[in-house]
Parts: sequence; structure tokens; C-alpha cells
Amino acid sequence: MNDSEKHNMEEVRLMKGNEAVAHAAIRCGCDGYFGYPITPQSEIMETLMEQEPWNTTGMVVLQAESETSSINMVYGAAGCGKKAMTSSSSPGISLMQEGISYLAGAELPCVIVNVMRGGPGLGTIQPSQADYYQTVKGGGHGDYKMITLAPASVQEMADHTVLAFDLAFKYRVTAMVLADGVIGQMMEKVVLPPFKPRWTENEIRQISPWATLGKPATREPNIINSLRLEASDMEELNLRLQGRYREIENNEVLFEEFSVKDAEYVIVAFGTTARVCQKAVEMARAEGIKAGLLRPITLYPFPTVEISNLANKIKGMLTVEMSAGQMVDDVRLAVNGRIPVEFFGRMGGIVPSPDEVLHALKTKIIHR
Amino acid sequence: MTTNDIINPANLVYAKTKVMNDVPMHYCPGCSHGVVHKIIAEIIEEMDMQEKTIGIAPVGCAVFAYKYLDIDWQQAAHGRAPALATAVKRLLPDRLVFTYQGDGDLAAIGTAETIHAANRGENIAIIFINNGIYGMTGGQMAPTTLEGMKSSTSPNGRTVPLNGHPLDITKLLAQLKGTCYVTRQSVHTIAAVRKAKKAIQKAFENSMDNKGTSVVEIVSTCNAGWKMTPEAANDWMVENMFPAYPLGDLKDL
Repeated sequence: MNDSEKHNMEEVRLMKGNEAVAHAAIRCGCDGYFGYPITPQSEIMETLMEQEPWNTTGMVVLQAESETSSINMVYGAAGCGKKAMTSSSSPGISLMQEGISYLAGAELPCVIVNVMRGGPGLGTIQPSQADYYQTVKGGGHGDYKMITLAPASVQEMADHTVLAFDLAFKYRVTAMVLADGVIGQMMEKVVLPPFKPRWTENEIRQISPWATLGKPATREPNIINSLRLEASDMEELNLRLQGRYREIENNEVLFEEFSVKDAEYVIVAFGTTARVCQKAVEMARAEGIKAGLLRPITLYPFPTVEISNLANKIKGMLTVEMSAGQMVDDVRLAVNGRIPVEFFGRMGGIVPSPDEVLHALKTKIIHR
Repeated sequence: MTTNDIINPANLVYAKTKVMNDVPMHYCPGCSHGVVHKIIAEIIEEMDMQEKTIGIAPVGCAVFAYKYLDIDWQQAAHGRAPALATAVKRLLPDRLVFTYQGDGDLAAIGTAETIHAANRGENIAIIFINNGIYGMTGGQMAPTTLEGMKSSTSPNGRTVPLNGHPLDITKLLAQLKGTCYVTRQSVHTIAAVRKAKKAIQKAFENSMDNKGTSVVEIVSTCNAGWKMTPEAANDWMVENMFPAYPLGDLKDL
């Protein structure tokens, strides 16, 4: 086996979710990572620094002075048509909201990984899913959306990193990988993606003709910008963005179903919580309760149509989250009052147990 | 002799650089920005770098810099230009990357980005327009506003107990190991313009030679914000700004 064959071989490795993100980024041809340390995701930058990809793929890795700076470094790199990313956890993502809004306004593709921890405030370093609103409803100013992928395993941390870059460039938007502290920290088996070379400058000029690589005499200057002083120009940009978001909603919904076919009751949960709920569904089935699980993989675009269709067939839904109940709003919008939709959740970094979930399903939905 | 005899290539002694676009500028008459834009454009043409330059525009009066120079631009969020420039230069090391920032952008909201980019010694040039006032938003107090100087948010003049001291950020930047060239210039006379142009050229050459961060402060007027005629603003700058922000090289390695 020669070196390049070895390079491209699928490798099964045991590692943390955060480490999987770093390896996947290097392998998928990421050009630049800019970050600032924060628990529980610091292993992403630590792994990158250990791997020294600048010596292999040429990827730039830089520790910035703040999350504000790292998201703006991402903006600069993305403006050059480069595959750029950052990662952080909840408080750091809050600090990035200005930059996220600017990236949306300037129509720049990039990837952000948020390994959520409990809040509000400095909160806790324990896992949480309480940044759902911030992510899918828009934490920054203005009308914008981010494609949001919610991994539920270390394998998906790797896969979603690669997918996030593909989707970001397909639509010129930010794609966020929204994990929780459990997925970031736990170790599992993972098959790392094959190596893809970084884009050459000629490829970038083809893929992203808007990129600021320096202006040849043959074209007008490229200007990366979100400023539109004229109201009509600003509305035009907004209409273009909204058109793109409708396209994303039509084309990119991802979800997974478990035991849904004959189910009378369905639990909706994402990330770590979905794994807990799968166990709860298995326990319910053992007791003869026809329960199922729908796991949204994309939180934006949300599987609204699929949940709406389910509401015509089943008796009730339970949404389970590590928050005070955020995604449940979107489930209720999809169901639109046709069947009961209740919520169960834990906060502050507590992961609900399968017993608790089953109990909630029985008391809040089945025997309500 | 007719007009056509005079308009003759043989008689041409000066031409506008092709890097400047033929568009009306939004800058107020008497403002220093236009002159600084022109000399940057001339240097880019003289260095033959038009195809290899990426400018980073700030938030402030110079937010529209991208309209005037015929190069690729990125427009940054307020204060973040050095962060953008860091990434652009690291990913495109053979390009000329410069930021163009005012005092509010560079020395207030963007202080952290400025200091850390300079301290890392990013191979970028920072052009810093210091006129001691926020021009775009209508004449508010800047970090570099002088003691006693009036602005719309210091209507009775800046006082230290209320507002703190004027920030000499250029002096601070000269202390950092990452900077290779830190200089303070002005563009209020022909001689000053020539010196400023040399300084900016040196800054651009340094960044192409990977010598570290170069900072060229241009002590400037904002006659509209200062509520003076352009001429009076120049005199006021010489009398009041220059003692606080003395011209010359602070560092040249």
C-alpha cells in the first residue's frame, strides 16, 4: 500500500467528539480554523495544534484573543473563498453573534461548531441544549438563518463537520454544528472521512467567483460587504437571502426515525437527548406501549412537514430537551393543535434518564 | 496655440492613478481621507500590486473606502479589521493586505483586535486616521479626543475625571515586539503628503517582506466635525493635535 492509498483508507479510531471535529476538518480540506479556548470544546483546537496541519495540508490554525476576533478571522478567511471554521461553547457563541450576523449579511459560507453548556451567564461546563433558540431563531440582529446540524454521536461530529462545509458553500451561509457537552466529550468509535485536498486558488475562483483573492484586470473588484444604505437595496439583499432559506427548507431537511411506523406516541428529541429517548422508547415497547422517536438531524431546516404528517397518525407527542423547552415550540407549530404536544426537560447540565423520559411520556401524554 | 496643442501626451506632467475610481467622494471638502486614499492608490500602482492587494475597510467615515480604490475589499464590522486582515494575510501570504481605520474603530471598539494583531506581528499594514472625533456618526468624542476638546458627547470639552485621558495608542503599539515600523504623519501640506506617502510605501513593503506589523498614523482634520473651515482646522491641528500626537517615526526596525 502506498502512502496516498494509506492516506485515503477509512480508519476506525476511538476518540472524543471534539477530536473527531478536528480530524474531520483537516481531512475535508479546511483552510483555516480560528478559535478561543472554552470548556467543553477546547479539545478541538488542542487536537488541531497537536496535528499541525500547516505542515501537511497547509491548513492555518490560529488561537485568537477572543471569540469576537476568531469569528471575524473566519469572516476574513471566508471572504477569500476559503473553507474557514471556528468552534466555541455557549458563552463564546453569544460573543460571536455580531460576526454571525455580518457573515449572513455578506453571504459568506463558514462552519461554526457550538458544543453547548448550561446557561444563562457563565453557567456551567455541563452539557445543555439551551442554545436552540439562539441558533435557529437568530441570536444576532437582522433576518437571517443558519443551517443547523445536531450530531448525536462522535461519528456524526465528524460527518457533520464535512457536511456543514458542503452545505455552507452550496448556499453561501453559515452552517452550525450544534452539539452538546456530552457529544463533545464522550469517546466512541469513529470512521474518519477520507482526505480531500484543499481547494487551489484556481478552484476557488471557479467555485466562489466573489472571493477577494486580488483583482485581476479582467474583472471588477470583489467587495465583501453587508452595508446597503438604500432601503430598496437592503430589501433586495433580504429577499435574496429569504429565497435561499426557502430553498434550504425545501431541500436539506434531515431526520431519523426509530420505531415510528406503528407508533401511537412519538418522542421528538435531538443530540444526546435523542439517545436517551431511544432507550426510553425501547423500555416503553417492552411494556407494550407503542412509542417511537423522531430525531431531527437538521434543526434548521426543521422537519416540520414530517412532524405535521405524523400528527395525523398518532395520539400524542413528547418533546424532550436539555433546556426549559425550546424546540417544543417548533414541534407545536408543526402539529398546530391537532394532538397534544408536551415537554419534558432537565436544565443546568443534567442529562435526563430514560426512566424519567418514560415516566413523562406516561404521565404527560398517555394518561394525561 | 490651441487647447488641443496643450492637451498632448508629451505635455503630461501628472495623471490620476488608475487605482482611483472616477466617482465623486462622500468625504467633506477639507477632510484628510481623500488625500490619504489617493496616496495609497498611487503606491499600489507604483508597486504594481493592484492585482494582489486586499484592503480591509472599517466602520466610520472610511466605510466606503471600497468605492474609491479599484482593488478587492472586505468591509469589516466596527473595530474588527485587524482580525480580518490577520486571516486574509495568513491564507494569502503573497498578497498585500492593509487595514484602513479611524480612531474610534482602531483605538476604542477595536483596541483588542489592533493590539493583538500587532503583537502577533501579522504581516499587515495598518493605516490609522486620527482626527480625534467620530465623523460618520456626527462628531462624538473619540478615544483620541484631546482634553478640553468639544464634541457632541463632550459638549463642554473632554475632562479627565469624566472621560479619562486621550489614548496614544500608536505609542502603545510601538512598544509591542510584533511591530516593525510605527510612524505618525500628516497630510496638511505638500511636504507632509510626500512624507506620508513614503511612510505608507515603507509599511506596504514591510508587509510584503514579512517584517511584521507596520502602523502609519495620519494625524488628520475633521473640519466638519470640529466645526471649522478646512484652513482653520489645519491650523488647529498643528497647534493642538501635533503637541499631543507629535509627528515622526516612533519605531523603524
